[in-house]
Amino acid sequence: MADPLDEFIVAAAAALQLPLEPDWQAAVKANLAVTLQHANFVAGFALPDEAEPAPIYKA
Amino acid sequence: MGAADLPWATSAEIAHAVGAGEQSALGVVDAALSRIAKLNPTLNAFTAVTAERARAKARAVDGSRDKSALPLAGVPFAVKNLFDIQGLPTVAGSKINRARPKADRDSPLIEKLEAAGAVLVGALNMGEYAYDFTGENVHDGPSRNPHDITRMTGGSSGGSGGAVGGGLVPLALGSDTNGSIRVPSSLCGIFGLKPTYGRLSRARSFPFVASLDHLGPFARSTLDLALSYDVMQGADADDAGCAQRGHEFATPELTRGLDGLRIAVAGGYFKKGAFPEALAALERVAKAAGARDEVEIPEAARARAAAYVITTTEGAALHLDRLRRQARDFDPAVRDRLIAGAMVPATLVDKAQIFRRWYRERVLDLFKTCDAIVAPATPCTAPKIGQQTFTLDGVELPVRPNMGIYTQPISFIGLPVVAVPVPLSPLPIAVQIIAAPWREDVALRIAHALEQMDAVAAPRPNL
Repeated sequence: MADPLDEFIVAAAAALQLPLEPDWQAAVKANLAVTLQHANFVAGFALPDEAEPAPIYKA
Repeated sequence: MGAADLPWATSAEIAHAVGAGEQSALGVVDAALSRIAKLNPTLNAFTAVTAERARAKARAVDGSRDKSALPLAGVPFAVKNLFDIQGLPTVAGSKINRARPKADRDSPLIEKLEAAGAVLVGALNMGEYAYDFTGENVHDGPSRNPHDITRMTGGSSGGSGGAVGGGLVPLALGSDTNGSIRVPSSLCGIFGLKPTYGRLSRARSFPFVASLDHLGPFARSTLDLALSYDVMQGADADDAGCAQRGHEFATPELTRGLDGLRIAVAGGYFKKGAFPEALAALERVAKAAGARDEVEIPEAARARAAAYVITTTEGAALHLDRLRRQARDFDPAVRDRLIAGAMVPATLVDKAQIFRRWYRERVLDLFKTCDAIVAPATPCTAPKIGQQTFTLDGVELPVRPNMGIYTQPISFIGLPVVAVPVPLSPLPIAVQIIAAPWREDVALRIAHALEQMDAVAAPRPNL
C-alpha cells in the first residue's frame, strides 16, 4: 500500500502546478514530514476559540 | 593608528581618526580593499567589491568640511547581497536573481550609513534566499570561518560574519528571519544586533518571510553596533512593517553599566540540547552580568515549531512562481524545503499564527519582573563545512535547520537581541542578550558592560 504522504505530495504538486521530479520526492517528503510534525505540535496546544492570530487586519 | 592596526580598528576609532585628520578616508578604504583582495580568495565573504564607488565616496568624505561631525567618517562597510546596491542586481544568494535588473537605488540603510560618512565596499555571500543557517552557497561556494577555514560561518548572513570576524571590514549588515544575524555572530565570534521587528527599514532589500524579517548590523564592538544602529533608525513608509517611531538613541545609554538592571537566565528549553561550550559561555555571561534567577520562557519549543511552519509557508508563497518556472535553478536543499512548504495546509499555518499571539503575551509578562534574559545563541561552535548532522540531546538532527533552535523562539515575536561573543578556545560562541520590545538600549548597555569586564570580546583570528 502506498504511503499516504507520498500520494499527498504527488497530488498536491499536480494541484499546485509545482514540478516534482522523481529524485526530489524523498527530500520533499522528509521536509514535509518534519514541518507537519512541527505544525501538529503547535496545533495540539489548546487555545480558546476567541484567540486571535498574530497578524490582525486594520482597515 | 598605524596601517597594521587598521584591519582591527573599530568603526569608532576609524571615524575619530578620519574626523581628526589623522587618517584619510581614502587610505582607510584602500587598506580595506587590499585586505579584501588578499583574504577573500580564502574566506569567500564577498560576492562583489564596489572599489570604484568606494574610492569616490572616500574622497568625498575627505573633502567634507564637517567630517569631524560624521559618526562613521571613512568607515568601510559591506552588506549581505540581499540589500539593493545601485548598479547591481540584488541576487539574495541565488542564481535566479542574477537576471534581475540592476537596482536603481541603494537600500535606505546603506543611504543612512553613507550619510553618516561610512563607505560601502561591497556585497556579501549568503545562503540562497536566506533559507539557511550554514553560510554555504551552492552557486558562490561556502563562506569560510576566519577562526578555522574548514568550518562554517553560520548563515544565512555568512559573508557578513566572515568579513567582520576576519577583519576585512569593521561593520557589515545582514538580515535575521530566524537567527541569521545571531548564528553567524556566534560562529564567527563577533557582535550582532537583531533589533525589534519593525525598528529598521527593510525597504529595497530582498525579502524571505515578511512577518519575521529583520535587518541589523555586525561589528567587533558594542559601540560600533550602537553607532550604526542609531544612524539607521527612523520610520519608513516604503516598508509596510516599519514602525512609526522616532529615534531612540542607544549610544548615549551604553556606559550606564548594569546598575538597576534585572537580568535572568533562560532555563528549560534553552539548556536542553546545548553542547558544553554553549553552557560554559552562558555561565560566564550570566556570572559577569550578575544574573542569578532562572526564568522559563513558556512553550519555547512550540514557538520554535510555529516559527518553522510560518517560515516555510510564507517563504513558499514568496517563491511559488519561481518554483513553478525555474525549480531546477534553485539550490536543491532550498527548493525541496520550499516545495514542501507550499503543501502545508493553511489551517495549520493559522494555528501557528494564533499560537504566536498567545506566546507573545506570555513572554512579555516575563519582562514585568526582569529587564533582560540571557540564553545561548547556538547549540555549538562552528561545525565543519559540509557537516550534515549533529547530535542534540541524544538525537541526531540535520545541522542546516537546527542551528537556530535557540534563536527562533525569540525572533518569532520580534524581540531585540544582541549576540555577544565569548572567546572560548579553540572556537568562539555567542550568547543572546534578549530585551523587551523597543529596548535595544538595554541589550546594548548590558553587552557593553560585559565587554568592559572582558567577559565578552571578538577574538582576532590567525589569518
